[in-house]
Amino acid sequence: MELFKYDRPINFMGASRRFGLLSLTLVLLSWGLIFTKGFNYGIDFAGGTLIQLRYDDTQKAPLQKIREDLTKNKEFQDATVTFFGNDREVIIRTKSSSKTVGKDMGDRIRSLLKDTGKFEVRRVDMVGPAIGSELKEKGLMAMVLSIIGILIYVSVRFEWRFALASVAALVHDVSIAMGAIVLFGVEVNLDILAALLTLLGYSLNDTIIVFDRIREGLRKIKNPDLAGIINESITRTLSRTVLTSLTTFFVVLTLFLFGGEIIHGFAFTMVVGIIVGTYSSIFIASPLLMWLGFDVKSYRAKEAEKRKREKEKEKLRAMYEQGTL
Amino acid sequence: MQKLNYRVVIFIFALIFGVVFSIPSLIQSKEGKKITLGLDLQGGLHMLLGVKSEEAIKSRLKSMAGTIKYVLEDNDIVIDGLGVNGDKVTFKVLDPDDIPKVKELLKKELPGTVILEQGGAFTVTLTPKEVERTKKMAIDQAVDTIRNRLDQFGLAEPTVAKQGQDKILVEVPGVKTPADEQRIRELIARAAHLQMMAVDEDRAARVYTMSPAEAKKYGDVILPDVKNPKEKYLLKAIPILDGSMLTDAKVGFDRNNQPVINFKLNGEGAKIFGDFSGKSVGKRMAIVLDNKVYSAPVIRERIGGGQGQISGGFTLNEANDVAIALRSGALLAPVYVMEKRSVGPSLGADSIRQSTIALVLGFVLVVVFMVLYYGIAGVVADVALVANLFLILAVMALFGATLTLPGMAGIVLTVGMAVDANVIINERIRELLREGASIPKAIEEGYSNAFTAIWDANVTTLISAVVLYAYGTGPIKGFAITMSIGILASMLTAILGTHGIYQMLMPKITRQKLNLWFGIKA
Repeated sequence: MELFKYDRPINFMGASRRFGLLSLTLVLLSWGLIFTKGFNYGIDFAGGTLIQLRYDDTQKAPLQKIREDLTKNKEFQDATVTFFGNDREVIIRTKSSSKTVGKDMGDRIRSLLKDTGKFEVRRVDMVGPAIGSELKEKGLMAMVLSIIGILIYVSVRFEWRFALASVAALVHDVSIAMGAIVLFGVEVNLDILAALLTLLGYSLNDTIIVFDRIREGLRKIKNPDLAGIINESITRTLSRTVLTSLTTFFVVLTLFLFGGEIIHGFAFTMVVGIIVGTYSSIFIASPLLMWLGFDVKSYRAKEAEKRKREKEKEKLRAMYEQGTL
Repeated sequence: MQKLNYRVVIFIFALIFGVVFSIPSLIQSKEGKKITLGLDLQGGLHMLLGVKSEEAIKSRLKSMAGTIKYVLEDNDIVIDGLGVNGDKVTFKVLDPDDIPKVKELLKKELPGTVILEQGGAFTVTLTPKEVERTKKMAIDQAVDTIRNRLDQFGLAEPTVAKQGQDKILVEVPGVKTPADEQRIRELIARAAHLQMMAVDEDRAARVYTMSPAEAKKYGDVILPDVKNPKEKYLLKAIPILDGSMLTDAKVGFDRNNQPVINFKLNGEGAKIFGDFSGKSVGKRMAIVLDNKVYSAPVIRERIGGGQGQISGGFTLNEANDVAIALRSGALLAPVYVMEKRSVGPSLGADSIRQSTIALVLGFVLVVVFMVLYYGIAGVVADVALVANLFLILAVMALFGATLTLPGMAGIVLTVGMAVDANVIINERIRELLREGASIPKAIEEGYSNAFTAIWDANVTTLISAVVLYAYGTGPIKGFAITMSIGILASMLTAILGTHGIYQMLMPKITRQKLNLWFGIKA
């Protein structure tokens, strides 16, 4: 089966301005959402307590009664009670947390709700405020450090404009994914952080493979027109880009649909991320090379210079080994 | 068919290695190294505890006061107003002639302190270095003590480890019910601070009208009875001795068949206990555990042998837990919860089931798609994918790595990304074939052309996985581990392995059958 057959280069760069504008709008909108509406931090980052209950088979969880019984206790005044996945399971969230090791929030919930029916406490997560901010710091640190690591690696293997372009594409992808998280009110916990970091790796993967082809094109294609080289490289990798994105998309989509409630946020972020990541590696990362003023002729001259120097070094070494120097 | 080449041999070895070492985990055998399931999958209790190390300083000062009292009385030196005030111990020596001797004695008995004296009034403080050391010791001791307690409780493989400077990570897998969990938490938190305290017989009658502040003025403290908190005792604040001199504690039964705890003191403790009881016949002595009075019997005669009993108010479970706590020692400083996660076993089982369904479904989709799209080349990629999956499991099992829920998501993602290498390679081969290259040339050049792209892509992904590992906690670390192993394994299976397979099959591939082999028309 063949979906994409290389015929002649598709003119991707011709439309780059329009896509650039679209992306800029999306990124700005996302930032706007992040700064105005803000993240819906879960307990991992905000601190607090989350309790998951499951009521007996026959019974629908009595939300109203649970709320009433909870508000009798001062600690649970601010508690929210929602169904989780199905109508037998309930999640109770509150901002308060207790420091005592012995009798904790879960134990108190058990005695508070004993009149609401037969239930099982399936999960109690409690994060103190100190830990929450520490995790937030560490999460941000992880993002920044991976970006720095990637910048350095790509600069060494390609050229600094490639590094800058790929990182800009990353920021673009992560921003839009975050925007979607805020827009849909997805609860931000550690797993979302993991998803964002995976996304970083994934979207970079896509970009690198296109860049690799551009690097090859810079060597092989005679015509020094950058847009032409980029168009040809993208067209030649298009089949791979779409295929891999599709297979990964399948997997993440099954995770989203069948992976269960707990992994939902993770899968959602990945679904958005893969779409945006694929788009950006074609329409954003590569034109950025042009916008950053990448010059084919001077790149080639530099490469030639590098090769020449290496040859000279080898010659010297050979002479040295032969004892003529 | 061409002879085996080194690539295929390595691939076959890797596959055998993968299968052999992942079998114990897959069939959950008793023997062999297995992947441990994370707490989020098998259920259990995870806690990050903080230590109130200032409390350790307070109790250190208190026990210093106890030592001062005992040592000076032993040398017939009369003192007054002994007590702990903030961060210092103060007392007054009544006979000025004793001052040099007191200084000498204290210097010997209390290392790491600064002793000041002015007109017979002594203040003893800890040096800053000693304060730091005491705090650090309190944390280390808490780690050891909690580990001891959990080990003695008979739980399967609890983890207790110091995290950072001042935190303790506690992980207890396989907790069945919330009631069990609560019992474990209470065992961890129990201070298990045993004290023998003299009842202040001179003022005992006034205990119900006395304020705590007034009691403090007399060097006393008011403590409640364990069974009936309304009943109060007025006790001398400086204890006769404490649980640090305990050598053993066991559960026994008294005449009424109620559970009690019998304890033994070490030589020094037995001597202090004996001396005190000899001097205090007719008076009462309270046995105090965690600031509650368990009993306050009247001393009838000198008690030698250093044995005692705590009775009253125990259920059998409680008596067991208290005995464990006493044996493993008191917590020098109380602990508090900074983070707690507990997952019931049924939720863990649900998570495993759901993510397994997603994993299998995603896997099948990818496998079928590859065969449809690439023909036999797709089958080759799928073989590599299966080998990759086995390798991930085997390496995780050998390292004793923990599989968490995000870790399973990591495997699912690796499945998606591992075929990427083969997609890149196959596309390159197709390209070359279309340009009219010979089959061996197309395959060899396809691999070499694809290599830089795959390499650079994998290294950058690995960079973010490593950062994730360094900055992640618990389940997230598991995710980073499975991703990293998956990427490394895919280099072996998807690049080296498939290359070898093609080299072996090379003579069979013909131009006429390109549609079957690579899914393109000749």
